Amino acid sequence: MFKKILIANRGEIALRIIRTCKEMGIKTVAIYSTADSESLHVRFADEAVCIGPPASADSYLKIPKIMAAAEITNADAIHPGYGFLAENASFAEVCREYDIKFIGPQPDQIRKMGDKITAKETMIKAGVPVVPGSAGLLKDIKQGKKLAAEIGYPVILKATAGGGGKGMRVVWKEEEFEDQWNMARQEAKASFGNDGIYIEKFIEEPRHIEIQIAGDQFGNVCHLSERECSIQRRHQKLLEESPSPFVTKKLRDAMGKAAIAAGAAIKYEGVGTVEFLVDKHRNFYFMEMNTRIQVEHPVTEEVVDFDLIKEQIKIAAGIPISGKNYLPKGHAIECRINAEDPFNDFRPSPGKITSFHSPKGHGVRVDTHVYAGYLIPPYYDSMIAKLICRAPSREECIRKMQRALDEFIVEGVKTTIPFHQQLMNNPDFQKGNFHTGFLNDFVLEPQEEKT
Amino acid sequence: MTFKEIQELIKLVNKNKLSEFKLKDGDFEISIRTEKYAKSKSVAVSPVPQALAQAPAPTTPAAPAASPAMEKPAQTDAPKKKESHNYLEIKSPMVGTFYRSAAPDKPPYVKVGDTVEPDTVVCIIEAMKLFNEIEAEVSGKIVKVMVEDAQPVEFGQVLFLVEPA
Repeated sequence: MFKKILIANRGEIALRIIRTCKEMGIKTVAIYSTADSESLHVRFADEAVCIGPPASADSYLKIPKIMAAAEITNADAIHPGYGFLAENASFAEVCREYDIKFIGPQPDQIRKMGDKITAKETMIKAGVPVVPGSAGLLKDIKQGKKLAAEIGYPVILKATAGGGGKGMRVVWKEEEFEDQWNMARQEAKASFGNDGIYIEKFIEEPRHIEIQIAGDQFGNVCHLSERECSIQRRHQKLLEESPSPFVTKKLRDAMGKAAIAAGAAIKYEGVGTVEFLVDKHRNFYFMEMNTRIQVEHPVTEEVVDFDLIKEQIKIAAGIPISGKNYLPKGHAIECRINAEDPFNDFRPSPGKITSFHSPKGHGVRVDTHVYAGYLIPPYYDSMIAKLICRAPSREECIRKMQRALDEFIVEGVKTTIPFHQQLMNNPDFQKGNFHTGFLNDFVLEPQEEKT
Repeated sequence: MTFKEIQELIKLVNKNKLSEFKLKDGDFEISIRTEKYAKSKSVAVSPVPQALAQAPAPTTPAAPAASPAMEKPAQTDAPKKKESHNYLEIKSPMVGTFYRSAAPDKPPYVKVGDTVEPDTVVCIIEAMKLFNEIEAEVSGKIVKVMVEDAQPVEFGQVLFLVEPA
């Protein structure tokens, strides 16, 4: 087992990792930029090394500085957390060269899943369902129609040079194909100067549902059930829950098997997440794989009573996993609390937190690195806390989350707490009726002045 | 507090070149003073993290065995009061091990009293088997060498004090 782990990260995840290391009797080294000198992860680590100025590019992303810090503190392993260098295959390789264990998968596994085309090809070979589509650009309408018939309507025509929703046309039946094809090409040419089009099955009312997996160094892979992550704003997750109100036992079983097949196909080592798009008919399609611990990992930890960070460290140390799958008991929801003003287009709100009271009590967990008096630096992401509630049923969980949000006091900066409060009161959310487009139609009521 | 813990405390005081150290926790009180150092660094100690002394059952101090640059023993809540001086500081631009000379058998790049220009090499900082020559970036006279040969240093750590030209 490792004697000393350097945490190549900051904020709440750095603290999270330090906690598990302490419980395992492993010494910890924190690295920090000058902007983070008062940070909790610096305080609670056994040793701390300042590695650079505030900008991430000169500190948390600077591989030579991190390796130097590991060298002078004699760390025998590095935990990359999430973000930053967590999915940087070069970093994993440098660690290997220096004989410092990277707590995560092998470099080539990171690479394989990091490239979307390679990932899709790997999944097809492994028999994991992927979004059906053309292998490349469509030559002409004839080929397009043929493929569309094979895939099955509705299909979506996408501009290869596209983005921001431009150059995308949904075709609901064959009769519409020619018109939509022409419009898509015109739009693509006008917006991007490139009228190249490819085709994919259009997933109706997709949900983003991901499966947590774990694989050890001996080829064993297991799954720890799903997380429902459809509540997103501009592709950023705001709320996650487990189990998904939409997932049946049968679907969990099928998705779990597919996720394990995905992991086994690349002999995955470590904990990882296989993301799927699920349509309203409960067909699921591979979207991508994240080869790291994720922000929303606590939601799984609460319903399967498992320490995922501990498992990561054990796997990296060569300890085999149990091999069994883990099914959820009860329900857990996580609200990501960001220092943003939801009433002003979620504008970031860095600054000093003058007052901080986090909710507590039975079934309430708060993962945070902030405290009263903490100055939120403007150089990093805006997430300041994760509020996780767990209860025997989804209904009770929502009630508990409502209670906890009401109790969560943060003063000095704006937070997304009011947004989550309104979300918890939303009837569609309460019924579990939502998909990834949910927040597009969500109307935030203006804030009432509290007397 | 056990004898071993008091020994550790004394080591800490010396390593950090404190002239006086006082700790009070409930009924327990300890005061350590050294005559060696003229300038004093005053450091507040409350509340003590990870129990340097916890009545009734004191636990071992959390100070790790690693180098002085990495320890965070007593300077938790109060900001470290810097030695007040009007000197320029040459700070480390990187993380690594500080060496005063190019090789063990060679003389140090600079000594106290030497004059430096911005491009004068003042030391080497080694990391991952790469040796980096560090330039003064200021003009003046070396007044004090702040770290020891072969000591690990972090970003921003003060290496030399320089009297401006």
